[in-house]
Amino acid sequence: MFSTVRNTALRQARTQLRSVRPISLPHQSFVARLLSTLAVLEQREGKLNPGSLAAVTAAQKLGGPVTAFVAGSSIKGVADAAAKVKGLDKIIFVDNGAYDKGLPENYAPLLVENIKKGGFTHILAGHSAFGKNLLPRVAALLDVSQVSDITAIESEDTFVRPIYAGNAILTVQSSDPIKIITVRGTAFPAGETEGGSAQLEEGVDPKADSPTEWVSEDLAKSDRPDLATASKVVSGGRGLKSKEEFDRLMPPLADALGAAIGASRAAVDSGFADNSLQVGQTGKNVAPQLYLCAGISGAIQHLAGMKDSKVIAAINKDADAPIFQVADVGLVGDLFEKVPELTEKLKAQ
Amino acid sequence: MASNLRILVPVKRVIDYAVKPRINKAQTAVETAGVKHSMNPFDELSVEEAVRLRERKAQPVEEIVAWSAGPAKAQDVLRTAMAMGADRSVHVQTADGPAGELEPLGVAKMLQKAVEEEKSNLVILGKQSIDDDANQTGQMLAGLLGWAQATQASKVEIKDDVCTVTREVDGGVETLRAKLPMVITTDLRLNEPRYASLPNIMKAKKKPLVKKALEDYGVDIKARLKTVKVAEPAQRQGGQKVEDVDGMIAKLKELGAL
Repeated sequence: MFSTVRNTALRQARTQLRSVRPISLPHQSFVARLLSTLAVLEQREGKLNPGSLAAVTAAQKLGGPVTAFVAGSSIKGVADAAAKVKGLDKIIFVDNGAYDKGLPENYAPLLVENIKKGGFTHILAGHSAFGKNLLPRVAALLDVSQVSDITAIESEDTFVRPIYAGNAILTVQSSDPIKIITVRGTAFPAGETEGGSAQLEEGVDPKADSPTEWVSEDLAKSDRPDLATASKVVSGGRGLKSKEEFDRLMPPLADALGAAIGASRAAVDSGFADNSLQVGQTGKNVAPQLYLCAGISGAIQHLAGMKDSKVIAAINKDADAPIFQVADVGLVGDLFEKVPELTEKLKAQ
Repeated sequence: MASNLRILVPVKRVIDYAVKPRINKAQTAVETAGVKHSMNPFDELSVEEAVRLRERKAQPVEEIVAWSAGPAKAQDVLRTAMAMGADRSVHVQTADGPAGELEPLGVAKMLQKAVEEEKSNLVILGKQSIDDDANQTGQMLAGLLGWAQATQASKVEIKDDVCTVTREVDGGVETLRAKLPMVITTDLRLNEPRYASLPNIMKAKKKPLVKKALEDYGVDIKARLKTVKVAEPAQRQGGQKVEDVDGMIAKLKELGAL
């Protein structure tokens, strides 16, 4: 009797779903019955990368149980930290130093084994260097397509993502039995990292060999907030004319605001700023509360990386620069005068 | 002894990066008819890197094959690749417009076959195409082949079959090493692509271009993803200008950004 009621309720819910967005019934019931999500989290030297929790936020929007996956050496501490993240039912961990550097050659088979074992229907990771490198390889091994860099979830199989450098927004429906997805961090802000109590479970480790060997890394050191997650970003472009001027003007302004520093491709290509600071289609996507830029004209490739910022402010001497079409606050003037003045006045506040 | 490099360079014809794409009235796709197209900028970097590997002579390059799946006009980008220094091309013809669009997985499967056919030991792809911004094909191909992969490369050195690749990651760079065969995807900082000179453009017209059909590869390229809608992004209410720095600070406060 109860089951009859439940079935009827389910059928009604499905009918409603279908009236909004027609899809075939068998497929829908299949997904509704089995939906279970795996969020692949990143760790670095035994620390959980909070930026990767965007995958958890997105996973929760799907509905259904959410499991997180972590792998690396001495992974227990990371797994414990992940277990406290709100919204997670289970943490699968694999303790093996071979996965520390996230090499996709052995990490992808590792994920595939755990996906198969857990019967997950949705695999999510951040659209970070790690996620971009790894997930397509996983998708190929599972013979499914991937949906990259999603900014919204419409239903279990329908997702929204920007294409053409954000100049068009694509809504796409996947017919694959397993959905492999990378999520845009700025569209799914990390939730609470305390208060959760997920269970820990050891995953399977196929111990695949990696033909690739990790040699070294050179990461830009910075005490400032991380560019991708900062609430304020100040960004400089070609208008700064030299590395000396970039270093003279931008850091004090960033410090006055407590902001991260970004740069346009032109500034990076000219050697004014490090590659990792590039904002745009081919660099980082940011969506801070405030994006304050100076000497940036606003090419579409740059706008692609920052136009979801809450408030955009621009200083440029060319009143016709395209940046002013998106800026909430525009100041036409010489940045070599205006930026120091702005820095001083902000400091004085 | 080091083997000769047989490089496969997949290239894609996309709407030129400087063109602002328009969405069609039916909201089903981006308008491509009558719009300037060119080689995906990241693929230019791939072709350039292949040619430079030959010029550096650290390890002999036997052949550079450019490959593209796309409508008839994709031959233009293959001719460009050959004018830059690729030796010959393979063109897999697809239908014009959205109907002919392939998913990265399908392209990766065809490339897997192409690698076998051409006996390639190095595939250099762009890290992403600037139309669908997927950033998948190279990684998928490496997975299907079971090869080593180095994505977002900003430096590539190959000597005695050993590839040392510096790749751009969040916050900086990392360096990887692997023996051939390998899949590499290019990032912006890898090189500065050359312009094809007029004599080279003329010579490229005589280089071999083999035409193939999708069926020739015998792989499943059925679409797994269905476009539900293509829409304009939300427009920003920009355009407000202030007179001076004080005005800017006041406005930012008003907007709650300070």
